Amino acid sequence: METQEHQVEGGRPIADSHITTDICIIGAGPVGLFAVFEAGLLKMRCHLIDALPQVGGQLSEIYPHKPIYDIPGYPSVNAQELVDNLMEQIKPFHPSFTLGERVEALERQDDGSYLVLGSDKTVIHAQVVVIAGGLGSFEPRRPDIPGLADFEGRGVSYMVKNPESYRDKRIVIAGGGDSALDWTVFLSDIAREVTLIHRSDNFRGAPDSAEKVFALASSGKIKLLLQSNLASVHGNGVLSQVGVMDKYKQEQRIETDALIPLFGLSPKLGPIADWGLNIDKSAIAVDTTDYSTGVTRIYAIGDINTYPGKLKLILCGFHEAALMAQSAFKYVHPAEKLSFKYTTVNGINAF
Amino acid sequence: MEETIHITVEDQNGGIRQLEIPEGINLSLMEVLKASEYDILATCGGMALCATCHIEVLEGSENLDPLNDAELDMLDTLPDASDLSRLACQIRLNPTLDGLKIRVAGNN
Repeated sequence: METQEHQVEGGRPIADSHITTDICIIGAGPVGLFAVFEAGLLKMRCHLIDALPQVGGQLSEIYPHKPIYDIPGYPSVNAQELVDNLMEQIKPFHPSFTLGERVEALERQDDGSYLVLGSDKTVIHAQVVVIAGGLGSFEPRRPDIPGLADFEGRGVSYMVKNPESYRDKRIVIAGGGDSALDWTVFLSDIAREVTLIHRSDNFRGAPDSAEKVFALASSGKIKLLLQSNLASVHGNGVLSQVGVMDKYKQEQRIETDALIPLFGLSPKLGPIADWGLNIDKSAIAVDTTDYSTGVTRIYAIGDINTYPGKLKLILCGFHEAALMAQSAFKYVHPAEKLSFKYTTVNGINAF
Repeated sequence: MEETIHITVEDQNGGIRQLEIPEGINLSLMEVLKASEYDILATCGGMALCATCHIEVLEGSENLDPLNDAELDMLDTLPDASDLSRLACQIRLNPTLDGLKIRVAGNN
């Protein structure tokens, strides 16, 4: 993937899961990425953490091929191209990245700095925390089935992290998109038994993946249940059966070791709501002089913040990033005096 | 004379309200629902790319334009889609929608 190449080229390799940096940016969307540039001009290093496995936020995840028309200087630019250009622009400042990991908690230290704690045990020590979280972290859609959450990690998972863990197991996959089709094909060679459940009678994903799935079904290698919906989950502590409802509302039980619902990703505000910030309708209220949150050393920029007149535009987020960096400087370089310099005069001083 | 489009909306908690929308307003149903403070994300802003403005049309679906491919593709990714499902962002407001009844789907 292009973005990951950039990451290797532009980012420092991460030796272990304890990272020390000047600014920890939560969210690697366009605004989080540009914040690296504004911070870099003021000699502040950045580490970015994002729940998605790639940089770019919703631009890369939802609409990589859509043109954007309101970026100053670009009459039209594709979303992914903008992300790639931002990665190029921030390269001189060598940001580092933790991708595919959600931030769970912030811990204030006695000296005022913060520990940012990730869901996979990454710890980032930073003088300043910048929340550029957009609409929240992208998380798998969970079907609304009673008791499903109780089996998470006990047979139910929403993504395939290690295909080998399904070797010789019986698995049920639910969903009809590309990832459901691709994993059905892939896991049919690994698992003992694969059942795919889909609500309609055809697939709208990539035609060749759909063809493969139909071929596997007619050869008996997988079981295909169309016009069917996941209805219930059962087991004693560990998942052992799923109930599947057909179009005649008849429910059948299927014995299984694992259930993988694959219904795409959707953004959720998640733990940000619990960090003691001033939240107004899923957005963080900020002071527009520097986009600070009211909690010292924590800033919020881009779509995640709100203030009178707020517009959720990338260009507004860029502006917010610039003002944030000017304000954050005093925490990162307390002994130094901040002087404003133009890039045309000073150039870009890499570090 | 300016006409009004009446749309009856059932929210996620079963509450029912009638929206009165002036005709000639150039909005999608998603934008109207957001402006009326219904709990929908509409992450992608109306490009039929995220399926977070999912609604079910209870009455009046015969007056809607048929679903296009992009909308069908996105609906197909949802765990709770039904034959009544639409994406509100793909429904443009116009006078033929008067009397429409919809239910806003769970916030997913």
